[in-house]
This record gives sequence, structure tokens and C-alpha cells, in this order.
Amino acid sequence: MSSIAGSKPTLTWAVHLSVLALVLLWLFPTVGLFVSSFRTADQISASGWWKALFPQEQNLVLRTSAPDTQVREGDLFVIRGNIFSDNDRVAESEISAWGISSRAISDYAPGETADMGDDGRLTVQANGDYRLENDVEFSGRRGERVFVTATTPPEFTLENYDKVLGKNVVQRLLLFMLAAVAFGAVVRLLVRERTDMVASAAPWVGGIALLVALVYLFGLSTGTVAGAQTTDSMAKAFFSTLTVTIPATVIPIVIAAFAAYALAWMRFPGRALLIAAVVALLVVPLQLALIPLLRLHLGIGIGKGYLGVWLAHTGFGLPLAIYLLRNYMVGLPRDIIECAKVDGATDFQIFTRIVLPLSFPALASFAIFQFLWTWNDLLVAKVFLIDATGDTTVMTNQIVELLGTRGGNWEILATAAFVSIAVPLVVFFAMQRYLVRGLLAGSVK
Amino acid sequence: MHPALQGLITIIIGVGGCVGYFYFSNFVLDRFLFPAKGPQAGRNINRANMVRPWLFLFPAIFALGLYLAYPVIETLRLSLTDRNLGGAFVGLENYRQMVGEPKFWEAMRNNMLWLIVVPAASTAFGLMAAQLTDRIKWGSIAKSLIFMPMAISFVGASVIFKLVYDTRPAGQEQIGVLNAVWLAFDGGVWSFVVLRLLPAVLLAAFAVLMLYVIYLALVPLLRRNTAHSGGSRLTALVRVIVAAGAAWLGFLASRSILPVLTVALPYGEPQTWLTIPFWNNFFLMVVLVWIQTGFAMVILSAALRGIPEETIEAAVIDGANPFDIFFRIKVPQIMGTIVVVWTTITLVVLKVFDIVFAMTNGQWETQVLANYMYDKLFRANDWGVGSASAIVIMLLVLPILVWNVYNARKEMR
Repeated sequence: MSSIAGSKPTLTWAVHLSVLALVLLWLFPTVGLFVSSFRTADQISASGWWKALFPQEQNLVLRTSAPDTQVREGDLFVIRGNIFSDNDRVAESEISAWGISSRAISDYAPGETADMGDDGRLTVQANGDYRLENDVEFSGRRGERVFVTATTPPEFTLENYDKVLGKNVVQRLLLFMLAAVAFGAVVRLLVRERTDMVASAAPWVGGIALLVALVYLFGLSTGTVAGAQTTDSMAKAFFSTLTVTIPATVIPIVIAAFAAYALAWMRFPGRALLIAAVVALLVVPLQLALIPLLRLHLGIGIGKGYLGVWLAHTGFGLPLAIYLLRNYMVGLPRDIIECAKVDGATDFQIFTRIVLPLSFPALASFAIFQFLWTWNDLLVAKVFLIDATGDTTVMTNQIVELLGTRGGNWEILATAAFVSIAVPLVVFFAMQRYLVRGLLAGSVK
Repeated sequence: MHPALQGLITIIIGVGGCVGYFYFSNFVLDRFLFPAKGPQAGRNINRANMVRPWLFLFPAIFALGLYLAYPVIETLRLSLTDRNLGGAFVGLENYRQMVGEPKFWEAMRNNMLWLIVVPAASTAFGLMAAQLTDRIKWGSIAKSLIFMPMAISFVGASVIFKLVYDTRPAGQEQIGVLNAVWLAFDGGVWSFVVLRLLPAVLLAAFAVLMLYVIYLALVPLLRRNTAHSGGSRLTALVRVIVAAGAAWLGFLASRSILPVLTVALPYGEPQTWLTIPFWNNFFLMVVLVWIQTGFAMVILSAALRGIPEETIEAAVIDGANPFDIFFRIKVPQIMGTIVVVWTTITLVVLKVFDIVFAMTNGQWETQVLANYMYDKLFRANDWGVGSASAIVIMLLVLPILVWNVYNARKEMR
């Protein structure tokens, strides 16, 4: 349409710039979280994440070496070393000011000597070398506190992920994924002769199954991986979420596909009424279901657990699933189905052999919706799943709890949130085509 | 047993059982009950075909009935009972109690605010993004990036925006973007332009937009006699209501222009954004707008593409400028889609619970209905009032439900 409306160069530039502004505005918050998850706690609290790439001035509280490292030089007792390496801060830094009291953290310039009275005299150089001397022997177990204002280079680390998920879990997961992809490729090679649904799904199912098996086998799911903070057991929550999500995505699809086929291609009394009911139920807020169903679940003995949450997600996802799939199936060519009927195929055969494979785009789009909802859900899990033991807690709930208990620890919070966002984002970018198609089928006619 | 193994087994049983039901029920029907052979083959096939739809539909009907239809009735019943009296019928007592609570009215007021602002802002941003990205080469990339928040959970988004709104004491380096930007304002010319003039202009623009909405809503009524008939009395009523609502909003907007221009702002002080009463609602709404804009954009962009080129070409030949084309040719043609997007986002707003729960939990006057209900149900353990507030949500959804069913039936004919 560039030939007609708004083809003036100035206007085109304005369009480019405003789209760029809009995109940056929309991207900015997420990037902030992503960058923060790779910074150290000190750096996060010292500067905004948008300055993460630049060296920055930090106020650090460090200690000199303990008195047991002192040496005697004539009349003097001396402790010397480098204030950074003594505190395991390997990054090169430059001190611009320092101090010996929390009320005056920048009283001294590098190279000056502070007199601490009975505690001795301290000299700190710009590169962190210090010399602490005293006339009497140093006593006690810990070194002196030094407040340092230093310029530190940008620093990025995977430590936060180690803390949230367990040591090296990210690396191991990447390795497992590689194995799964390789396995999937081998399976695809094995079934390449066949063209049916099973063959097209087999590599995916195989790969995912291998991934899940490896993960369970190597104990990443129990939250007791070395180094993981058990209080923040995100790893465990991650796999609880997965256990909720997979059946809660597959079961409604199976049920809805059969129902949608019946509503689209079978003739029976009450069909129009049923379709109207599905459309009506599309908008019923699931809040209404909480108390009656929780009472029901407790009453029939399901209680709070995976089975209950699967059933709940199935129930709540069904209206959209039936609606989407029926809209799609109605549009399939009538000839194919009638030909098959003439050839003596039963409805069950027509459905599994013809309609289901043809409906793949609609199935995929609903699968993505349902996956995103169940993965991102908080309310249903809180009501139907998480019991007093907290063993089955999902990631969204874990993050809400972290917000309460660790509101200031942005390195933990950002990392935990990013772990929970990562999988939906991957699915989103990989399957966006189907997602958009589903949206358009569901909302616009 | 290892919990992971148990999980895996239950997954297999759940999914397998579901598939097995369909397979074996059909198998039994075709082989044993009404086999398609023997002397009565024809009659059997017909009978089997009468039963089969219900075999296919049974799990769906069962699940829908149990998980959505039954709760509506049961919640209605529970809202009329009292838990402390062992579930005795107490009539409208719960509703009376709920209406007497200031927190409920706070939730209602905030919800109304959400219902106006979020769908309007999301649709407007979505429309803008759709129109702009449709005309440039890298539009599809821009679209996916704007669409991306759709994949992020409300809880994840809450964490993201908590970082944006983060506050640290005065004197320390701010790590929240909003405060960092805020501290850059010191009361100079730019502060006036950005913090007073810009909002005032936006308010004025909103008021003008409302005038346009009134115009759109009323024009068919005024021209009724000359042009083709403007529809039934019902649509006329809806149009009048829409116009009245727009007039009220426009009045509110234009009334706040002067206060916005003269307000005294605490420059240079880091603000704890989420605790400023009234305005913190808007900071929460930003999160949902951020998520929903992509949805609106995708659908509206498809609608924009569906507009026949001829109408636009005709307008160009008649000398229309790009703004005329957008507002007078394109927008009216996709009005139906805009309404669909609007109502869909309205539904999301009515159910939104996670954002408020994670960010403020209804403190500092940010309560909304869904979170109020959760509070009543699971904190106060008061299922009567909780159910009553769920019914309020249902009542707010009801018009959309009726409209949806009406549309669906119209379409099927």
C-alpha cells in the first residue's frame, strides 16, 4: 500500500521511529529482568541494570585478614595483603576512597593512613594493597572492617542460576536437551518412510521423553541437587509445573477433538443447543468453580493433588478447545468425509485417519494456548493442587512466595522469575505461527 | 515410590485412559452391541450412528457440566448459605454483609477503573501498533516482540514490573527504571512538558476521542430517516448508553486537565509507586496493558488487512489524508473486530487475580473483585461472602455471555 497512503518520506521515518520506540518500550522491562538474573547481588544493588555494561562505583564492606596471619617486624605487629583477594573478589578494582566507620565510609583517599587508636594504623592503596600495623599484638578472630568505594568492572555470572536451581543445573539441562535433540533426529531417521501422524509425532515425543527421563534419572527434579537452596527449591517447582502441564494439555485436546468432530460432522438432536452452551461456557469465570469443586474433590477423595488440578484445567480449557476445533473442522472439505463414508469407514475411523491429521494446525494452536495457561496459572494450582506439605508447589506460587520473603534479593527473584518465563518464551517463539492462527480462528470471523 | 516416577505413571494412566475410553467404547459399539453384519446389519448401523455422537460427546459434556455449569448453580446456592451455621439458608444475608464492607466498594471502584482503562488502552495501543507495523518491512519482527508478553505469566510480569517500580531510599542509586527517570526531573522546562503538558494533552485527546465515539454512536440514529434503517430499538438503546458513557468519561477527562496542569509534584524524591493511593491502580494496570496489547494488535492487524483496498483507494482519490483514511475509512470498517477485542480483554480483566495478588495483595487501596473473592474464600474462610462476590463477577460477565450466544446463533443460521 506504500503507493497510496502516507508515502511521504518524512512520514515513513516517523513510522519507523515510533515502531522502534514502541518495541523498545515493550521489550525494556523483560530485558531488565534477564540482565539482572546474570548480575551479582552487589552489582544489582549498586546500579540500575541498564548500566550493567559499564564499570561502576560500589560501596563494599570488606575485612582485612584475621589476626592469625600477623607477622612481627621489629616492634610492630603487621598484617598485610590485598583487600580484594583476601575477600575473594577476584575482579580488578580501583579504590577511589575508603573509610573505617560505617558513618564515614569515604574519609580517606588511597595511600592515606587511618589511625584507629588501640586497633592500630591502616594504610590502603588504590589497587587494594593494605598494611595494618600495631604496637601490640592483634587479638580476636576476625580482621578489621574496611569500607571501600571502588570502581568495579562489569561482572556477569551464572551463580544465581546455581543458587536457584542447584549447581550446574543449567549446564546439565543444556546437555540433556542436546541428547534429546539427537535422539529425536535418530527417531526421525528411523520413521522417515512413513507419513502418518504417529511418524510425525514420534521424534518429538521420543526426544521429550528422553529429556524427562534423563532429568528424573539424574535427580534434578527433587530439589536436592548439590548447592540448591532448599528453601527456594525452584528446581522441584519446575518439575511440579511440568507434571501439571503435560497431562493438562493433552487430556483436554483428546476429549475436545472427539466432541468437536461430533458437533461438526454428526447429525443428532440437540446439536445447536450444545454449541450454544459451549459458547456460553466460554466466558464463565473460573472463579465460580473454586469452592464447589474443591468441596467436591475433597468429598470424593481426590483431595488436593495432580489428578484434581488436571481435571480442573481440563474442565476450564474445554470450552475454548471445543469451540476452536469445531470452527476448524466445520471448514474441512465435505467431499473427503463423505467419500470415506461411502467406502464404509466408520465415524471413528474417519475421525482418527482423516479429520485428526487434517486438523493439526488447530490442534497445535490450542495446545499452545493450553500449555501457556497451565504453565502460567496460579489460581487453579493454589486452590486445587498445593497442599500443606508444599511438595507439589508450582513455580508461579514459588515466585509469589519469594516476592514475600526475598523481596529485596533481586538476584534470586530475577533468576527464579526468568526460569519460569524461559519455557513459555521458547514455546512462544517456536510456535508463534500456530498461536496467531488460533487467535484468529477464535476471535475473528 | 519416587514421586517423579509416580508422576510419570499417573501421566500415562491419565492420558492413556482418556484415549482408551474412546477406542474401546467405539470398539464395543461396533463389534458387540450393533455389529454391522448379519441379518439386521442396516438397522444396526443406524442405531450405532445414533449412539456414537453421545459416545464422542460424553466426556466433554460431563467435564463441562461438572466443572463449569454445576459450579454456577452451586455457587449461587452457597452464596445464600452460611458456613458458620452449618450451611443453613440465610437468604441475602451474605450480600447484605458484603455490601456493608468498605473493601468491597473499593474493589468495585477499582474494578470499574480497570474495566475502563485496560481494554481501552490495550485496544488503542494494539490498533496503533497494528497500523504502524503493517506498513514497514521489519513489521513482523516488531509484532512478535510486542506480542511476546502474551507468553509471560501474570506472576512473571509482576516480578518484571516490581523491578521497574523498585524504590530505594533517597541518596542511594535507584535500580528501578521509573524512579531513575523520575529523579531526572527537577522541576525545569522538561518536567513541565513531560509531567504536566503531556498528560494534559493526552487527557484532551481522550476527551476528543470520546466526542468522536459519541458522534459514531449517535450518527446512525440521527440519520435514521434518510439512510437505511439504523437497526432495532435494542441497538438504539445500546448506542445511547455508549454515548452517555463516553460523555461521562469525556467530562471526567476534560475536568482533570486543569488540575493536572497545576499539580504540585515532589521532584527529586524517590517515590514508592505501589503505595500511592489511587495512582497505584494505574501502575498495576500497566502490567495487564503490557500483556494484552500484543493480543489486540494481532487480531486488529488481521482485520486491517481484510479491509478491501478499493475503499482506501477511493478515499485517496478524493483527497483524504492518512489520518482521515485511518479514522474515517479503516476504523469504522473494523468496528466489529474492535468490539470483539474489547470484550475479550474485558473478560480477562474481570478474572485478573494474579497481578494484584503478587504485587500489592490489595493493600494501599488496590483491591479488585477477583482478589477480594480469593481473600474471602481462602483467608477469611467465609464461603458465603466469597460466593456472593463470585456471583457479582458472574453478573458482570452475563451481558457478554448473552451477546456471544446471540452472535453464535445468528452465525449458524
